[in-house]
Amino acid sequence: MIRDLDGKCPSGALADRWAKYKAEAKLVGPINRRKYEVIIVGTGLAGSSAASTLAEQGYKVKAFCFHGSARRAHSIAAQGGINAAKNYQNDNASIFRLYYDTIKGGDFRSRESNTYRLAEVSANIIDQAVAQGVPFAREYGGTLANRTFGGVLVSRTFYAAGQTGQQLLLGAYSGLMRQVDCGQVEMHTMRDMLDVIVVDGKARGIVTRNLVTGELETHLADAVLLCTGGYSNVYFLSTNAMKSNVTATWRAARRGAYFSNPCYTQIHPTCIPAHGDHQSKLTLMSESLRNSGRVWVPAAPGDTRAPSQIPESERDYYLERKYPTFGNMVPRDVASRNAKYACDEGKSVVPGQRAVYLDFKDAIARDGRDSVEERYGNLFHMYQKITGQNPYERPMQIYPAPHYTMGGLWVDYNLMSNIPGLFVLGEANFSDHGANRLGASALMQGLADGYFVIPYTLAGYLAGEQFEPVSPSDHAVTGTLEETRERIDGLVTCGGSRSADSFHRDLGLKMLDEVGMSRTKAGLEGTVEHIRNLRAEFKENLNVPGSADGLNPELEKALRVADFLEFAEVMTLDALTREESCGGHFREEYQTDGGEAKRDDENFTHVAAWEYRGESEAPIRHQEQLEFTEVMPSQRSYK
Amino acid sequence: MSQTISLKLRVWRQNGPDDAGRFENFDLADVPTDLSFLEMLDMLNEQILQAGGDPIVFDHDCREGICGSCGFMIDGQAHGPERGTTVCQLHMRHYQNGDTVVLEPWRATAFPIFKDLMVDRSAFDAIQQAGGYISVNCGNAPDANSVPVGKEEASDAFESAVCVGCGACVASCKNASASLFTGAKINHLANLPQGRPEAARRAIRMVETMEDRGFGACSNTLECEAACPKEISIKVIQKMNREYLFAKLTHPTD
Ligand SMILES: Cc1cc2nc3c(=O)[nH]c(=O)nc-3n(C[C@H](O)[C@H](O)[C@H](O)COP(=O)(O)OP(=O)(O)OC[C@H]3O[C@@H](n4cnc5c(N)ncnc54)[C@H](O)[C@@H]3O)c2cc1C
Ligand code: FES
Repeated sequence: MIRDLDGKCPSGALADRWAKYKAEAKLVGPINRRKYEVIIVGTGLAGSSAASTLAEQGYKVKAFCFHGSARRAHSIAAQGGINAAKNYQNDNASIFRLYYDTIKGGDFRSRESNTYRLAEVSANIIDQAVAQGVPFAREYGGTLANRTFGGVLVSRTFYAAGQTGQQLLLGAYSGLMRQVDCGQVEMHTMRDMLDVIVVDGKARGIVTRNLVTGELETHLADAVLLCTGGYSNVYFLSTNAMKSNVTATWRAARRGAYFSNPCYTQIHPTCIPAHGDHQSKLTLMSESLRNSGRVWVPAAPGDTRAPSQIPESERDYYLERKYPTFGNMVPRDVASRNAKYACDEGKSVVPGQRAVYLDFKDAIARDGRDSVEERYGNLFHMYQKITGQNPYERPMQIYPAPHYTMGGLWVDYNLMSNIPGLFVLGEANFSDHGANRLGASALMQGLADGYFVIPYTLAGYLAGEQFEPVSPSDHAVTGTLEETRERIDGLVTCGGSRSADSFHRDLGLKMLDEVGMSRTKAGLEGTVEHIRNLRAEFKENLNVPGSADGLNPELEKALRVADFLEFAEVMTLDALTREESCGGHFREEYQTDGGEAKRDDENFTHVAAWEYRGESEAPIRHQEQLEFTEVMPSQRSYK
Repeated sequence: MSQTISLKLRVWRQNGPDDAGRFENFDLADVPTDLSFLEMLDMLNEQILQAGGDPIVFDHDCREGICGSCGFMIDGQAHGPERGTTVCQLHMRHYQNGDTVVLEPWRATAFPIFKDLMVDRSAFDAIQQAGGYISVNCGNAPDANSVPVGKEEASDAFESAVCVGCGACVASCKNASASLFTGAKINHLANLPQGRPEAARRAIRMVETMEDRGFGACSNTLECEAACPKEISIKVIQKMNREYLFAKLTHPTD
């Protein structure tokens, strides 16, 4: 353990830090900006907002994504809403409260300066989105509507029916398309970034594979921004889009960027339960549903009666019972764990599977079916399509599923990793959410990073450095390209019999069982072994049909699974080393009498940051100490 | 509990835009009816892979009906038989044991084939680049509540903004017109006060880019509306035409 990482946060009163930072920051003048080239990988909310904003300012931007269009990034799928410190409802929402809720929700494992800044810039995001034409829900008077989310007692979440992500992304994407139209952004779709090029210790480019032609390319620039999303698909089944993956950040880690808190993953409480062996993904039912739905199971284990046959007195509304203040709106980690406990006690509402009810009967009786339909119509519709059951008539069956990853590449207050010039934005960094993210805060963070943070911090970096041009024949460039080619050849010529998917499924099941909602020392140790064996088999027995010279989705999957298989080991090690429970990281050995997560502040009030040391050497665990000046760590209570 | 069915699949195979392409037949047994259509194709691909063949390429990602990646013709219908449903949200419970199912890619000059069932829809991005935005630099925005927008205008804008850009409208149109897509984009922004200042220029550029990109003209057969997985109304085309004509009258030089 090396306690050596400095987050480079400004000093002084928490509320003044960002202003102080900006007052002291170096600038790049408008005329000079066009001399700088910036590579942005990813066009989700973080990448699109960063690309359009930096291009508007005059930087030359090259943006990349593996989709056919920038608009298809995983952010598109976000459903419920986006938080902002706006007190439109006059219910005492404020910057401080948003900061406080986020720090507490994250179980005191996030960096307070970042979290405060996030809350501070959040209000501007809504202004920017509305100016772009994002059609948020409105009241009859023409003002914006709000809803509330888990872990909070105010209404400050903005939404566009159940598709807030698509509407925000279309806003950011339209800004990006405008800059393509203006000639300020060069957009490269259908590109997989497979490595980072580091020249003289600085990130200066990337290696990409053109997914249509198979061609390997190098792209050079003065700074590289990774906005490549999270790694929930390490579990194979998750709510993430099928192609979401860890490759960009893991490859950067292999080049020396530290990976922080990989064990902090969020298992979302309300998803459609898993079924069968052929399932490819899990579908989220937005947390916003908990505004109106009530979670319950039969009070007696093994009760198989239809829900309508179970009288009120024989139901257990366990969240309302255990947490009277927050009720159904407890944070995600708490709601998920309690669903697990209910099923562990044999109270699952689907025999042979794991599920609890989310019931809208009372909301429909109180507010009317139309009102419920207006708020959640598309979610109900989706539920019905997938399950064939009508949630207006029968409670939804739900169960927790992997959803979001709080871990990611380590960044300082500038959003820069420990590799100079390599910046990381959005879900890809370890960021502001500590050990558990509150609902509606990921969209906020991605857009805060892209619209309002990176324009200031990137300028500071560029203005403070000298940049020699990098030649395409520089050995760092050709060497990285060659290594990528060898990696691909190794996969295509393996000649085994198992598909990439079958390895991925195998890995995912193990990770879900042992590094999912609850973890133990013995289970984690066994998992490290399991991953190593699987990785060895992958090297021998992978089957990638076809060649690398054209469109080959099996090769794309194999490249991603190879990286998941390496990354999973660090994730497991991180869970093993963090001998406490906090937020979504629940070690069974460390819990309170009531079964809540029990932190060890004395030994673990720090960020873990893993340094990769090669395939045969153990990684090094660095630490950044966390400081709290405004809100002191306490046992979280939602009772 | 889930039942299983057996299917015969007739799938279009084409190795890039220059290949002539052909149908290939497959038998797939023991398909659980609670699978999604794409999960059924995953199963088929695993079977092809085990037999040493080349798996079928199709585009997809979110599998939640929102990213707009998926889409091909199933028995001649864009996204298959269920109204208001992308193919990733279509489930096998709508099929019977022994059914033959025919899969073909979107066919349109403006959407060249990448491979098999996957096409290049970058022409949609080109339309969006031609003014499908509001020119507001980050940092310029007034307080979000400073411009009230009536609930109805906001809902009207939203109903157009739900377009996922899948291309089913183009694929189902005998002229391969992109009018429903372009109309939805224009109508979304034209309905909001923020979108008005550029409305004329936007309508002209987007409509003309659509034509330049090789999409056909709308001849009002309404197939697009029936195929749209987001059930966008044909009214957006009428509104687009109005915006365009008005723009041409008031901005003849644009
Ligand atoms: C179903 C669902 C619902 C959600 N709902 C909400 C919500 O209501 N509110 C909320 O705040 N959050 C929500 N979230 C979380 C939130 O959507 C995400 O955390 C957030 O959108 C991530 O944005 P991002 O920009 O960081 O990355 P992403 O949107 O994941 O974008 C990643 C981008 O990187 C590109 N990329 C990745 N790797 C590579 C590579 N190797 N080469 C090239 N390109 C690459 C991809 O093409 C893509 O463009 C939800 C998440 C899910 C799964
Ligand atoms: S896969 Fe995203 S809409 Fe079907």
